[in-house]
This record gives sequence, C-alpha cells and structure tokens, in this order.
Amino acid sequence: MSDDITRPASGGTLRVRALHAVRGEQTILRGLDLDVGAGEVCAVMGVSGAGKTTVLRVVAALQPFSSGTVEIGGVALAPGALPPESKLRALRRRVGVVFQSHALFEHLTALENVMLAPIHALGQSRDDAAATATRLLESLGVSARANAYPHQLSGGEAQRVAIARALAPDPQLLLMDEPTSALDPARRAALGEAVRTLAAQGRGLLLVTHDAEFARSYADRVVVLSQGTIAEQGAAARVLR
Amino acid sequence: MIRTATRLISMAALLGVTWSCAEPPAATPSTAPPLRWGGDAEGGAPFVEADPANPASVRGFDVEIATMLAKGLGREPQFVQVAWASIEQSLARGDFAIGMSGLEDRPALRERFAVSLPYYEFREVLAVRAADSARVHTLADLRGRRVATLGATMAWDMLLAAKRSHGVLPVSYDDDVHPYTDLVSGRVDAVLLDHVLAERSLRRIGGFVIQPVPLARGHYVAVLAAGDSALRDSVNNTLRARMRDGSLERVFRSWNVWDAQQAEYQQQVLRDSMPRSDAAAAAAAATSPRTPISIATYLPALLRAAVVTLVLSVLAMALAIAIGVGVAAGRVYGSRPMRLLLAAYVELIRGTPVLLQLFVLYYGLSDVVRLPAFAAAVIGLGLNYAAYESEIYRAALEAIPTLQLEAARTLGLSEFQILRLVRGPQALRLALAPMTNDFVALLKDSSLVSVITVVELTKQTAIYATNVGSWAIPGALCAIVYLAMSLPLSRMAGRLEQRWKLS
Repeated sequence: MSDDITRPASGGTLRVRALHAVRGEQTILRGLDLDVGAGEVCAVMGVSGAGKTTVLRVVAALQPFSSGTVEIGGVALAPGALPPESKLRALRRRVGVVFQSHALFEHLTALENVMLAPIHALGQSRDDAAATATRLLESLGVSARANAYPHQLSGGEAQRVAIARALAPDPQLLLMDEPTSALDPARRAALGEAVRTLAAQGRGLLLVTHDAEFARSYADRVVVLSQGTIAEQGAAARVLR
Repeated sequence: MIRTATRLISMAALLGVTWSCAEPPAATPSTAPPLRWGGDAEGGAPFVEADPANPASVRGFDVEIATMLAKGLGREPQFVQVAWASIEQSLARGDFAIGMSGLEDRPALRERFAVSLPYYEFREVLAVRAADSARVHTLADLRGRRVATLGATMAWDMLLAAKRSHGVLPVSYDDDVHPYTDLVSGRVDAVLLDHVLAERSLRRIGGFVIQPVPLARGHYVAVLAAGDSALRDSVNNTLRARMRDGSLERVFRSWNVWDAQQAEYQQQVLRDSMPRSDAAAAAAAATSPRTPISIATYLPALLRAAVVTLVLSVLAMALAIAIGVGVAAGRVYGSRPMRLLLAAYVELIRGTPVLLQLFVLYYGLSDVVRLPAFAAAVIGLGLNYAAYESEIYRAALEAIPTLQLEAARTLGLSEFQILRLVRGPQALRLALAPMTNDFVALLKDSSLVSVITVVELTKQTAIYATNVGSWAIPGALCAIVYLAMSLPLSRMAGRLEQRWKLS
C-alpha cells in the first residue's frame, strides 16, 4: 500500500458532547462524550444494541439526535430533525463513510463509483476525477479492478473500493462500520495497514467494530459503549489487554 | 347504416344479448323456434334503437321489417344485439339467421352471403358546410380536402376511388355522428354518407348543407347465411308481398324515410323479372370500385398502417415515460398536496377506460382545443400509459435500498443528483421488464385510436377483412406484422436486461 492515499487533513476532527439520541420510545445514546483527533484511530466497541452504529450514523448526519453537540472540523450539527442536504455540504466535505456492506452503486464500475463525488459534488473535471480515482484505487491495491462492477468484486476488493470512494472527496474524518466483517485474515491485515497509513497522513478515523484483535492491533484508542454510555475508554492496548 | 359510437355495447354482442322487439308479431301460437335476427341498437333511429318507453326492447324500421319477416314465416322475432361492424362475422358463425341494420348491398356481401331483395333505396349524398355549398358539388371539387365517412362502406370505397382519381383525403369513422360534428367544427371538409343518415344528422346537429344531387345510389338488404337460400326466398316473398300491400310503405312513412323515389323503386322491383338484388349488385359493382382481393394488393396498405401504429406507439410511449417519470418523482419526493394530486391523476386514468379518454380528448374537448386526430391519439394513449408507467417507476424507485441513498448522501450529492445518478438508473433496470410489457401492450392498444379516425394496423386490417369477406388471411397478416414489431422489441429488452444483470 503506497503512501499517497491521502493528503494530510488539517485541524481537530471530531468532538461530541452530551449526545442523546432516541429511536421511538427507546433512548439509544445517553450523554455520550467522544473525541477523535487528527491522525487518531478510535475504535468504538460494545455489545449489539450498545449504540455503536447510532454514534456513527449521527456523526454522518444520517440520523438525528435529540440533544448535545456534534462538531466535525469546526462544522456543528444541531439537535433535532436532519437539515436538508443543501445545508450539509460543509459536513459532507469533511466526513467520509464506509458502510459495513460497502453499499457500492451496482450500476457503476469501481472507477465510476470513486469518480462520482469528485465530479458531481466537488465539480472536478472528468479527467481530474479519473486521475484522483485511479490514484486512490492504486493506493488501495485494486486498480486492476477499476472497470469491474461491484458484483464482480470480492468482499475485500469491494471494501477497498468503498474506502477509495469515501476518500475521494478528501474528508478529514473517515467513519467505518464493521470494516473487517467481510475480510479474511490476510485482507484484515492489509486493511489495518491502510487504516494506519490514513491516520499517519493526518485523518481521524472512527471505527465501529466487534473485532477486538483488529482494534488492538490498529486502533490508538478504544471506546467501549454499554447502554448508550461509555463504559470504558483508553489506549487500545490497555482496554483490550 | 348503423355504426357503434363506442365498442362498449359491442361487448353485449359477445355475450349474446337478446332483446325483444317493440312491436311483437300478431299472436300466432307456434312451436317454431324464434327467428333470431341481428342488428345494432346503438346506431339509433330510424333503423334500430332502444325503445325510449321500454329500453329493454327495440324499435325502428328494420325492427318492423324483421317482425314482418318473422310473421311471414310464422315465427317470433328475437333481436340479437351485435356491433354493426361485426354483423357479417356474427352471422357467419351462426349467432342469428338474418342480419339487418341498414346493411348495404355490396358485391363483397353477395360473394359470401345470401342476400335478400333490396328493400330500400338510398342515395349517397355529399354534406358540406354552408360556405362551401356553392363550390363543392362532387368529389372532384374536393381535391386535397378531408372527406369523412364510415369505414368499410360503399361510400368508403367511393372515397378510396376518389383518392386515386381526384386526390381527396378519405377519413374513416367508426360511427355516423362524428363525421358531421367534425364537418361542422372544421376537422373535415365534407361527409359522404347515405341520405338517411345525412338527413338524420342535419335534424340533430345542423350547421351543414346536404347537396341535392346524389353521387350514387345503393340499397339496404337483409343478409343470410350463404346456404340459407330457402329462407332467403321466403324472406323475398314476404318483402314482395309487403311491398304490394303497402305495409312496407307504411313502415317507411312512419319513420319519415318514404319519398317518391322509394315508390318508384318498389314499383320497379315488383315489375322486374330479374331479381332486383342482382341488378343492385351490378349497380354497386359499377359505382363502387372493387379492389382486387390479394395479399400483394393489401400488403402495402397494411405496412403503411403498421408504420402509423409504430410511430404512434413510440411517440405515445415516449410521452408516457416522460410524464410517468415526473409523476413517480412527484409522488416519491413531492409535498403532500402534490402527492395527493398525482395520486388522483393516476386513479382517474386507471379507473376509466382508455376509449372513454380518447373520446373525451378528441370530441369532448373539441370546443376548447381542436387536436388533430393523430396528436389526440398520441396524447390520449400517452396520458393513459403515463399513469401505469408512473406506478412502475414509483415502485422501482422505492425498491432501491435505503443504504444506497445514504451512501450517495454521504458523498455530498444533492437529492436531485441522487435521483439522477444513483436511484433513477438503478430503478430503470428494475422497471425495464414491465416497461417492455407495457410497450407491447401499447402497440396493441393503439388499435383503439381508430375510434378517433386514425387508420392504424387493426383498422386497416378490418377494412381489408370486410373487403375480402374473411378475417383469416388479413388476421394472420396483421398478427405477423404485430409480432414483427413486438418480438424484436422483447428480444432487445431481454438482451439489455441480461446485459445490465451481468453488469
């Protein structure tokens, strides 16, 4: 994996304070505080239903929260109903998301998936977007699959294309939901190296994972959630020893 | 000459609807089976119409003549409702013994059926707007002008001949009312039909002039199965007897269609040793140019009609897709009032027959907007299919997983970009198969537009079938042409679907 995955991102990355989120009658998050700094890899762990994915979805502005503050690179999200997409452009520019099931667009090739945001959200020319996308795919070791459609990719390849797509708008913060769930051990290690490289170049990474071994190996810090609050947090090596 | 204004009542014929006659025969107890005779009550007076006093029964001069014929045979008349255009086919399959509804004596009819003594002589007359009455007297005066009539009639044959000789533009209708309303509104420049229909429309609608000099003469006859010469002879004897004793005259007088010409005609019939019907056939053959009956003759006309069908269907489908996409997007993304409005449109269109919509668009709104027939056909079919397409697209849009939309949002795409770049293209793949089905259905439904004067493939086939007296070859040719249009389309869609599946 080469070193040109990203350009270094700047400034503090994620700051969450007193975050409350509900789903129907059920309170999912109860006063959560969470920080992810530039160049830091933070793994959020916990049993199913602890609120891990809700944290990720709130930070990605895919789910509203009832109270608290969420700031990403100086852009704040307000509690209450989600604003229209036109009001979220600054945030979208700062946050990339890699979904558990990769969620690549089935009608586009790997290259086209990665080019989509640079062309249509950032207004880049097609040539520039193709150059960026090709470089990202090369960095992640899947450039040979640039013209393949998602259903033609293996789980690991699809995962790396999804990472390339999330990185294409050059976000400061990358959110990854269960990034190792579809990977064999060799691919897990490759992904871990990619994560470390991204962090080394200045991005913040927030990983939601059940994979303690992966978190221990590649995360700087682990936050363990239980019933919507932080049960424990600290250096990965200490929390997961 | 009675024609259906819509095909709705034709359904009754398929169900074998039978009505009683308003004036039953004299009570002559008989064990003989009733004399079933077929006609079309939708054509109205003076031929056959539902009796206003008792809509379950029919009345008209054809009804009274049928009653006379039944009486002459010692049988009870029993009316069978059948669409005018289907009387011959219905007779051929044995639905009734005698067909009568202002049926014209034509050579093609005599080739296939036993035909009675012609019992009424009509005149083919030209109707024009008052402003044209001094200028237009014959078909030769109508070069390049639209002249309307009923399809598959003697007048239609005359117009086809005049198209070749004088360059008139024949326009075929499925009913005898709209040619005159369209004459008054300016959609056509003249109408050629028999004087009974012309005078009836003049009384009802007005606003035009019937030129006094007839362009041809023809006769109404009763038609019977080809092998039924014994019944035909009995019918002829009864008709002659009723001419002699004046009952036929009284019937025609009571319906205001008696004139000096009829008196002269009846005298001639009673004098002639030669069966009058043969003379009529000869006359009809002389006045009505017979088109040679061969596939090679009709194929070019069928292919031209197929082009009309194809172009019409493609344009209507393009309109349906464009509107359908808009309606679907409005129902998925729009405000509540917009969603309600669009849902109402969809339900209105899906809940009413396309035939009704075509009539309303072409005739009902003609005071507001006078659409050319082809444009009305494209718009009518397009609006109708748009409702169905919109439901396909809406379902396809809603079938795209939420995660795909969320992934697109996290990339910073606007909702419109997501629709255009992510949701729409994926929905299109889901919608392709039902869209293809709909287009094939539209190809076939396009045959309905003949009710608003567009001559497309099925209409041309019906004209062909009437001329050759059989649906076998025209029907087979028509089916082949439809299949030639729809099968490649289905294959193309199948390939595209397969390719998209692979990609």
